[in-house]
Amino acid sequence: MSTSIIYALGGAALCGIGLAGFALLRHLLRRLMAFNVIGSGVFLLLVGLAQTRGVADPVPQALVLTGIVVALAATALAVVLMRRWYRLTGATELEERREPPC
Amino acid sequence: MRIGLVLALSALVGLALGAAVLRIAGAPPPVDLPAAVGDALVRSGVDNPVTAVLLNFRAYDTLLEVAVLVIAGVAALSPERATPLAAPALRSANILLHALVAWFVPLMLVLAAYLVWAGGHRPGGAFQAGAVLAAAGVLMRLAGVPLHVLGNDLRFRAGLVLGLATLLLVALLGASSGGGFLAYPPALAGTLILVVEVLLALSIALVLLVLFVSAPPSDGDAASTGDEGV
Repeated sequence: MSTSIIYALGGAALCGIGLAGFALLRHLLRRLMAFNVIGSGVFLLLVGLAQTRGVADPVPQALVLTGIVVALAATALAVVLMRRWYRLTGATELEERREPPC
Repeated sequence: MRIGLVLALSALVGLALGAAVLRIAGAPPPVDLPAAVGDALVRSGVDNPVTAVLLNFRAYDTLLEVAVLVIAGVAALSPERATPLAAPALRSANILLHALVAWFVPLMLVLAAYLVWAGGHRPGGAFQAGAVLAAAGVLMRLAGVPLHVLGNDLRFRAGLVLGLATLLLVALLGASSGGGFLAYPPALAGTLILVVEVLLALSIALVLLVLFVSAPPSDGDAASTGDEGV
């Protein structure tokens, strides 16, 4: 049991927390943050798991490195779209389909 | 009721992932990737294994990821023209920020140049340098320093795709000389990777900066200040 397994387990926990946030929150910004929590969890999981044998594995590190920049760009694009949506409709949430009463 | 269900399901997913982590960490690896990278490192043209993976062994991945970045930048540019950069509403009157910009921006430029160069033999490289450059641009934008390079003109758009275009060109040159798509000639690999990294850093910085710039605060009306309706 090495310390890097703690990172991987922390990543798994972050994935669960982010998933709950993504499903429960309605405000678009909060949803985006929850989605980013899932993303950080995946990065942590990948890098942590690859280091459990004591040697740093450059392949997942390279994947995560580009992944972080792409996630940053995607987040910024989402914020641009949200501002546009807010400007057009004045809403901070997407329209939800009404569930039939049961 | 529904909240409880969602929380329980999410906890289940987290626990399942944790169990998978423990299982994978306990099993012997099917391939020894660090050793494979270490063996091939001498032929890659660089000394840093992460850079070798990024721009040589898995350059195809990097090519597509840079394409995603360029698409995000173009998408952010397309819905609407951004507020002119010299707009007084976007300037901060904070004296401290102006003083900091005068100190930080030259330092950040030097740091970005160092990061690109360092990528060949130690942690560093195009993505880190691009992020630092973009941060310098954001800082300048917040302080209201005019960034003429960000005009919506041809030069700026060329800069946006410069990194991707160079990487594609290098890939096609390798293919046309018989080596295969994205296979560098071993003698030139180090030089080619350095050139690609410098231009990639520039393009990545421009993409990130344009994404920041194209979410402009809009002109005054109540529906666009963005602070009600939480």
